[in-house]
Amino acid sequence: MSEPQHHIKLAEESLQKQTTTLNLGPTHPATHGVFQNILEIDGERVLEAVPTIGYIHRAFEKIAERRPYYQITPLTDRLNYCSSPINNMGWHMTIEKLLGIKTPKRVDYLRIIIMELSRIADHLVCNSVIGVDTGALTVFTYVFQLREMIYEVFEEVCGSRLTTNIGRVGGFERNFTEASFTKIHHLLTLLPKGLKEFEILLNRNRIFMDRCIGAGPISAERALNYGFTGPNLRAAGVDYDVRVASPYCSYEEFDFKIPVGTNGDVYDRYLVREGEMWQSVSIIRQALEKVEALEKEFPDQKHVFYAPEADHFHLPPKEDVYTKMEALIFHFKMIMGEIDALPGEVYHSVEGGNGEVGYYLISDGGRTPYRLHFRRPCFIYYQAYPEMIKDGLLSDAIITLSSLNVIAGELDA
Amino acid sequence: MLLLQVDMAFLIEKILLITVILFGSLGIAMYATWGERKVAAVMQDRLGPDRAGPFGLLQPLADGLKLFMKEEIIPDRSTKFLFILGPCLSMLTALMTSAIVPWGPDFVAASGHIFTLQVADINIGVLYVFGVVSLGVYGIMLGGWASNNKFSLLSSIRSASQAISYELPMGISLIALLMMTGTLSLREIVQQQHGFWADGYFSWNFFKQPLGFIIFLTCSFAELNRAPFDLPECESELNMGYHQEYSSMKLGFYLFAEYINLFVSSAILITLFFGGYNFPFMDQVATGLNSPILFTLICVLAFMTKVICMILFFMFVRWTLPRFRFDQLMKLGWKSLIPLALVNMLITAAVILLFFNKP
Repeated sequence: MSEPQHHIKLAEESLQKQTTTLNLGPTHPATHGVFQNILEIDGERVLEAVPTIGYIHRAFEKIAERRPYYQITPLTDRLNYCSSPINNMGWHMTIEKLLGIKTPKRVDYLRIIIMELSRIADHLVCNSVIGVDTGALTVFTYVFQLREMIYEVFEEVCGSRLTTNIGRVGGFERNFTEASFTKIHHLLTLLPKGLKEFEILLNRNRIFMDRCIGAGPISAERALNYGFTGPNLRAAGVDYDVRVASPYCSYEEFDFKIPVGTNGDVYDRYLVREGEMWQSVSIIRQALEKVEALEKEFPDQKHVFYAPEADHFHLPPKEDVYTKMEALIFHFKMIMGEIDALPGEVYHSVEGGNGEVGYYLISDGGRTPYRLHFRRPCFIYYQAYPEMIKDGLLSDAIITLSSLNVIAGELDA
Repeated sequence: MLLLQVDMAFLIEKILLITVILFGSLGIAMYATWGERKVAAVMQDRLGPDRAGPFGLLQPLADGLKLFMKEEIIPDRSTKFLFILGPCLSMLTALMTSAIVPWGPDFVAASGHIFTLQVADINIGVLYVFGVVSLGVYGIMLGGWASNNKFSLLSSIRSASQAISYELPMGISLIALLMMTGTLSLREIVQQQHGFWADGYFSWNFFKQPLGFIIFLTCSFAELNRAPFDLPECESELNMGYHQEYSSMKLGFYLFAEYINLFVSSAILITLFFGGYNFPFMDQVATGLNSPILFTLICVLAFMTKVICMILFFMFVRWTLPRFRFDQLMKLGWKSLIPLALVNMLITAAVILLFFNKP
């Protein structure tokens, strides 16, 4: 018999040892994306984990160097596709920062509504997936009805649902319709009920608590050292939130709390996300009130949906494109990216669905960025993953991954 | 020459009964899959199967046909004999248990011939159930081990240790019951639970052994590998576990065996704790009807209704609770259920000694 050939690089002396090497992924139902973890397990206990990054690397940063600014927005959709509107708006705000555009208050509030809605959608997915991975499949279908209604709002505002490509530099592509406001109001009556039901099913469920408490913990110090942000850092006990630390988009006018955990385990991450959803509901309420107050005070504000200074960066309305030659030419130039940006170097970050989403942009004044770097929180979480699951059980490893909310698209970019 | 001495009528009767029960349990298992999907759909605000036939009633047939048509794949590196033996053993043990379930009361024909609605009334019925159920885990173990897949192996290890751990409290909880009944024959256990009310108390064992019932029920969940104890096949960790490498009807056998087990376990639970085919006011009904065949049918119907309620209960729990982690499962079995079962046994023994000890 010939020697067996090993095309896969195995750990040192892995054929002689008493432990098992287990490939968790790249296509495993619990990884929710394309991740590979080569685990070294002793029975069910995880001794060592080697994550592989880059399975779906699509060279977004490099592609972005050849794309005019508007064509980069769809790339940001595909980072964290559970909350694409936040990515889109973060990118638009980065360009606004570069161009020095100041957005009107109404645009800020509308953006906040959309961003908080997508934060809720993101957290709903993450938390219900923890449920799925612990075996409680039913909660998942319950909250997906809420997520569906959030997507209907996106559909009403921009026409698409998952990868939204929502908004433009300086604001939105068109004004919010009456229907979208009706849908948001309707959603606000349903969300608290749905969240309450979700909490009743899981929060104090003895089996769920036993599964999640103490699973995949990380200390505040380690989390900070790794560069954690977002709910995963807050679950470890650090109250860092970009919306408060360096407010953008008029977040400073809003009154909300930052839920913070203590142990940084799966249960804390779950509770922090749960708390953030309630805060988001309250932020949306406040934003709607502010929009209404603004429209009452200045009736002409009703038609403001983008910054006038961004005119040279904003697509003309469709009816103008079809009837006026200048608009058509301008539309063409916009789409083909024949508009030059100012030279400069900016960094802008927003509080994304699962952490600080940052855009580091260097422009040399041309039609495309000279260099664009996405700060993707998942990239950082995934590096801490082996440390977090070490000495835990296989089941812990799986719920830790889902509670970190690592999204393959964002991890590999 | 021994065979010739056997009463031919008896033989035919038993063969008929076996055929009916075999196909009956297969049919019920088939529709249990449909029921499970419908229950899940109702609980999750979905529609469930509704394309094949009215209310999707032909869905199980379509599924079965699909499984038969699928390509049969036996992994190259598997132990082929054991790989094939696994699902067969699972199916065999699942079907064997139904032999001792008393489906209805004896039915006396006009000719004076007594028909027993039970394939075999063995006097060690309960032990037989335990024996067969313990064998059931071999199917899973062999299948998972022979697949030569790490996930399957993990799953069969889980399954084996789970089955061993949960048979103990299950057995101990039954000892308490058996001390009361004084017999191991399921037929006699059912007859003791006649009607609903006797001697100023409920006659069903559930009311006499509530703690024993809860322990037995919990262990049944574990023995059936159903949520919250579905660790061997938890889809999110071990991607379907022991039957990961199986395809075609061998996979079908595993899935099917699971539902037959669900049906038979419910039948055993009903027999032991909820009076089997007995129902309230059965004596009045029997005298009022004055037709033994109709009465027997009503009894069978009562039994089936109870069994279906039990199956539904199993399903509701499955779609509500998350699953345990492996160490927690072991902890629950060894540190909670066994002591509880022992306490239950002691209490029962003390009560029998003090109050029912008639020399």
